[in-house]
Amino acid sequence: MAKVFTKTKMLTDVPFHYCPGCTHGISHRLVAEVLEEINAEGHVVGIAPVGCAVFAYKYFNCDMLEAAHGRAPAVATGVKRVNPNNIVFAYQGDGDLASIGMAETVHAAIRGENITVIFINNSIYGMTGGQMAPTTLEGQKSTTCKSGRDLTVNGNPVKVAEMLATQDGPAYIARVSLHNVSNIVKAKAAIRKAFRCQIENKGFSMVEILSTCPTNWGLSAVASMDFVANEMIKKFPLGVFKEV
Amino acid sequence: MSERELMKGNEAIAEAAIRGGCRFFFGYPITPQNEIPEYMSARLPEVGGVFIQAESEVSAINMVYGAAGVGARAMTSSSSPGISLKQEGISYIAGAELPCVIVNMVRCGPGLGGIQPSQGDYFQSVKGGGHGDYRMLVYGPSTVQEAVELAYSAFDKAEQYRLPVMILGDGMLGQIMEPVSLPEMKDISKLPRKEWAADGSHIGADRKIINSLYIEPDILEAMNIKLNNVYIDMSKNEVMCEEYLCDDAEIIITAYGTVGRIAKSSVQMLRKEGIKAGLIRPITLYPFPTQVYAKHVARAELKNILCVELSIAGQMIEDVRLSVDGKKPVSYFGRGGGNVMSAEDIVKVIKEGR
Repeated sequence: MAKVFTKTKMLTDVPFHYCPGCTHGISHRLVAEVLEEINAEGHVVGIAPVGCAVFAYKYFNCDMLEAAHGRAPAVATGVKRVNPNNIVFAYQGDGDLASIGMAETVHAAIRGENITVIFINNSIYGMTGGQMAPTTLEGQKSTTCKSGRDLTVNGNPVKVAEMLATQDGPAYIARVSLHNVSNIVKAKAAIRKAFRCQIENKGFSMVEILSTCPTNWGLSAVASMDFVANEMIKKFPLGVFKEV
Repeated sequence: MSERELMKGNEAIAEAAIRGGCRFFFGYPITPQNEIPEYMSARLPEVGGVFIQAESEVSAINMVYGAAGVGARAMTSSSSPGISLKQEGISYIAGAELPCVIVNMVRCGPGLGGIQPSQGDYFQSVKGGGHGDYRMLVYGPSTVQEAVELAYSAFDKAEQYRLPVMILGDGMLGQIMEPVSLPEMKDISKLPRKEWAADGSHIGADRKIINSLYIEPDILEAMNIKLNNVYIDMSKNEVMCEEYLCDDAEIIITAYGTVGRIAKSSVQMLRKEGIKAGLIRPITLYPFPTQVYAKHVARAELKNILCVELSIAGQMIEDVRLSVDGKKPVSYFGRGGGNVMSAEDIVKVIKEGR
């Protein structure tokens, strides 16, 4: 029988630990497929975050460093500066990147650090059990805002892509979604472009990926995709915010 | 050791670290260590290295984690409040078994404190500092020349034991100018390849992961035991201590760093007056030179040990007391807030029998 599909060699054979309906698996696969397409094998280093993707070092088939919570862009900076010929990427969630690691993120971007950041925005803290994230939508319930996010109490959800795009350092900033096949195809194209930027030494690149968290949202897998399409995209519009 | 130059402590340490193989420095300004990042920013590019001024101490230590994780000789420096911020990263570096060098030019605290010399970071340095069960190799140099020699070999030690090495100075050591002999530049291209480094070249079963996460208790406990065995090994091989006129001493002053140097003058003054004084000056603060104290407290003629520190209640005195194990009285003299005792002050304390 003809082989019609082969998993990318840039993923290991370790089964993902992610919940059913979570889009981390799709994101991992897209990043790994792009790494294979750009022939990164043998010269690529990934940085894993703290959060649901803490075990990303088990899945990406390359050298990996596990960073402290939020510090991945600083770790990636150290890695990249030692050997600028390596492809270096950080894979981070919203609590990691946009809350505790906001300073590291913003300054890596401002420096124009020639790294690629994959930002998983699922508007909640997943691994710790569904607490409010800096990206939690107004009215969205979490274990630390049980009646829904109240802007007068909790402040506003942060729009990372728009914020970073105002700075001179970033070369490519995009926001994509994984809620249907056409958007998954677009997401992969954005990830490819981000890594291309790095190969061409253009500077900092980040792809923000709107993602699901059925377990902590209390929704089915299908309803979670609808939540991304109908609610998240309203607050976090898709598109390319910066491209040089 | 050929050239002899007049150098500021901070700059001499920076140059010695570069000659010892440092090629990556990640820093953040804080007094009284600013000459280290300033010197590094100008000098590292001359030797093919990289200097980055990070946005914070937190970021700087994590850049060190990244650079060390891919096999480079990387360093950072700061002073007390900044070192507190680095503790998270130092714990991860210890947990991931990464070699690096950290300089702390201690200022007084707590809090913002002041910018004058202090020894208030002793506990933080020798007992771990960050969270979890770990130690570092900690040096307390008393002269610029000694700091140069320790900084020069610090990366070799860090890589031998795969742990962070801290040089614990103070504002005085950092700012003082002294003539120093600088060692030859090491040829880092001849260093052995670090097989564990996640340098990007590996795939499949061969790939390298730099990590301090161990979810399984038995595996983490085995890791803790492995680290502890490194510390035991280090305690057997790396202890450094100056013993000055101790063999017939009836009173032994013990002090480290710049205070050790002041206390040495006190010993000389006391000896001139016929008082049999000596000095035990730990150079490694961890591992602590316990055996040196044990040796001297066994002598009948030794009456008292006086611990002198830039700290009001004392910190090293706890390790001194553990080493003395109740066999001789241990008394204490300290100053704080950035005030520094003179050699005469220590002599006076001894004469008054305190």
